[in-house]
Amino acid sequence: MRSSRAYRRFVKNRAAIVSIFFLALIALAGLFAELIAPYSYEVQNIDRVLEGPSKDHWFGTDSLGRDLYSRIIFGARMSMAVGILTAIVSVVIGGIYGAVSGWLGGWVDTLMMRAIDILDAIPSLVLLILVGIVFTSYQPFENPEIRALTGILFALSIVGWVSLARLVRGQVLQARELLFVEGATAMGASPARILTRHIAPNILGPVVVMLTFQIPANILFESFLSFVGLGLQPPFSSWGVLANDGWRAKSSPHLIVFPGIALFLTMLAFNLFGDGLRDALDPKT
Amino acid sequence: MRSGLLVFALKRVLEAVTTLFVIASLTFLLLRILPGGPFDSEKALPDEIKANIEARYGLDQPVLVQYGQYLKGLVTGDWGESYKYIGRSVTDIISETLPVSAELGLYSLLLSLIIGIPLGVIAASKHNTAFDTTAMLIAISGVALPSFVVGPVLVMIFSFGIPFSFLHGTLPPALWDGWEYMILPVLTLGLRPAAIYARMTRGTVLEAIRQDYVRTARAKGVPERTVLFHHVLRNSLIPVLTITGPLFAGLLSGSFIIEVIFAIPGIGKHLVSSVSNRDYPLVLGLTLLYSTLLVVSNLVVDILYSFVDPRIRVEK
Repeated sequence: MRSSRAYRRFVKNRAAIVSIFFLALIALAGLFAELIAPYSYEVQNIDRVLEGPSKDHWFGTDSLGRDLYSRIIFGARMSMAVGILTAIVSVVIGGIYGAVSGWLGGWVDTLMMRAIDILDAIPSLVLLILVGIVFTSYQPFENPEIRALTGILFALSIVGWVSLARLVRGQVLQARELLFVEGATAMGASPARILTRHIAPNILGPVVVMLTFQIPANILFESFLSFVGLGLQPPFSSWGVLANDGWRAKSSPHLIVFPGIALFLTMLAFNLFGDGLRDALDPKT
Repeated sequence: MRSGLLVFALKRVLEAVTTLFVIASLTFLLLRILPGGPFDSEKALPDEIKANIEARYGLDQPVLVQYGQYLKGLVTGDWGESYKYIGRSVTDIISETLPVSAELGLYSLLLSLIIGIPLGVIAASKHNTAFDTTAMLIAISGVALPSFVVGPVLVMIFSFGIPFSFLHGTLPPALWDGWEYMILPVLTLGLRPAAIYARMTRGTVLEAIRQDYVRTARAKGVPERTVLFHHVLRNSLIPVLTITGPLFAGLLSGSFIIEVIFAIPGIGKHLVSSVSNRDYPLVLGLTLLYSTLLVVSNLVVDILYSFVDPRIRVEK
C-alpha cells in the first residue's frame, strides 16, 4: 500500500525518471562497450593526434590519437563498475556490522560504534590514499587493471561502509522496539531470521536512498584517485584518467570538456534520482 | 545548567583526544608493517650506508622503542624529520604550507556561506516558483560538478582564452601571490560547499516555515520579513551549522587537487607525494594533522550546538 503510493509519487517526478533512463543507458553502454565503441580504448593513431570532434571521431582524439568517444564509453564501464561494486561491498559489510551492533546493544554496541568514530575521524581522502597505498604495496594480482581496480574497490569500501553501518544500526535500534518484532521474538524466531525477514524489509528504503548518493560519491572518488595518479593508469580508461589527460593537454579543450560532461551528467542523474527516491519514500521532506 | 555544558564539553574533549591517540598509533603501526622500507631503492645501497641512514632516523631501534619516541615527539612538538626533504622537520613543512591551504579553505568556506545560505533562504521563501527551481537546479549542478573539471576549464577560459580570446590572460592560472591569484582557486573550491549549503538551508527553512510557531506568528500579524529572519532563520540555521565543521576539514583536505591544478604552494601536494615517497614521518604528521582538524572542527561545532540547543546534551 505504502510502497505503491511511493511508486506513484516517484513516477510523477519527471527529473528522476529521465535520470534513471540516462543511468541505465550509461550502464548498458559500459556493459556492452566492445559492441558500441567504434574503436578500442587503446588503439593509437599517430597521424591524427589532438583532433577536435569530427565525423570519424565524434569527441575528437587525444595526444596519442586514441578515439575519445570510445575511451569515454570504456571509462563508463570502469566508473559504473567501481560505483556499483563498492556500493555492494559497503552494504554487505556495513549492513552486517550495523545490524550486529544495533541488535546486541550494550557495551558491544558502544565499542563497535567507537571503532567507527575513529575511522570517521580520518578525513576520507587521507584514508583513501593510505588504504590505497597499503593495498598496492602488497600487489596480490598480476594483471595491472585488476590490481588497480581491486585497490580502488578496497579503499572505497573501507571508506563507504561506515555511514551505512551507522544507518543500519540506527534503524535496527528503532525496529527492535516495534511490536511485530517483539511478536516474532515471542514466537521463537532466531535473531538472524528476525533481522532478515522482519527488519530488513523495513529499513530497505533509507538504505537504497543512501546508496543512490554513495554510488556517485564513489564514482567521484575513483575519478579523483585516478586524476591524482593513485587509481587507474593509462592506457586503461576511466573518467578520472581522461580528465587528467585533458588537464595536461591545456590547449585542447575537448579533452577535458567531454569527460567532464560525462561525469557531470552522471553525477547529476544520480543526485536527481536519489532526491526523487527520497521524496517518494519520505513525503515529509 | 552551565556545569552541564562544561561536563559535556570535557567529555567530548576527552573522547577527541582518545580518538587521535588511536589514529596516531594505528597509522604508525600501518606504516611499519608495510612491505619494503623507506630507503629501499632500485639500486641496493651498501650495507654500511644503509645502516648509517637507518641509525640517523632511529630505524635501527626496536619497533616498540620507535613507537615510544614517536609518541613522546608528538606531545613535545617534535614530529620527526622528513626522509625526503633532508634536514627539514615535519613541523617546518607543515607550518610553511598549512597557512596557504588554510587561507584557501577559509576563503572558499566564506564564499560558499555568502552564496549558499541566502540562495537557500530565498529559494525556500519563494517555494515552488521559477526562482526556487532555477536556484536548486544550479545548486544540484554545483554538487555534481567535480572540482578537477571546473578548475581546468576555468584555467582554459581565463588564462588561455579558450574559447573567449578576449579573456586571454585576464586571471593568472597559478601560484598564490596576491588577490587576483586567489579568485579562480577559491571559486573552484567554494562551488561545491556553496551548493551543499544552498540545498541544506532550503530544506531546513522549508521545514521551519511549516512549524506551528510560524503559523502563530503570521496569525498574530507579524510582518513576513520578521517571521523569516526572526522566527524561521534562527531555528533553521542550527542544522546548517553542524555541517560546517566537517565541510571545512573537507575543504582543507580537498584543496589538494586545487593546489595541483593551480600550482598553489599549500600542504595538499605533500599528502600524495609523501605517501608515494614513503616519507613516513611526513605521512604520519599529515594524517594526524588532518584528523586533528576534522576532530577539532567537529568538537567545536558539537559544543556550539549544545550551547544553542541544550537538548543535545541530554540525549548524549
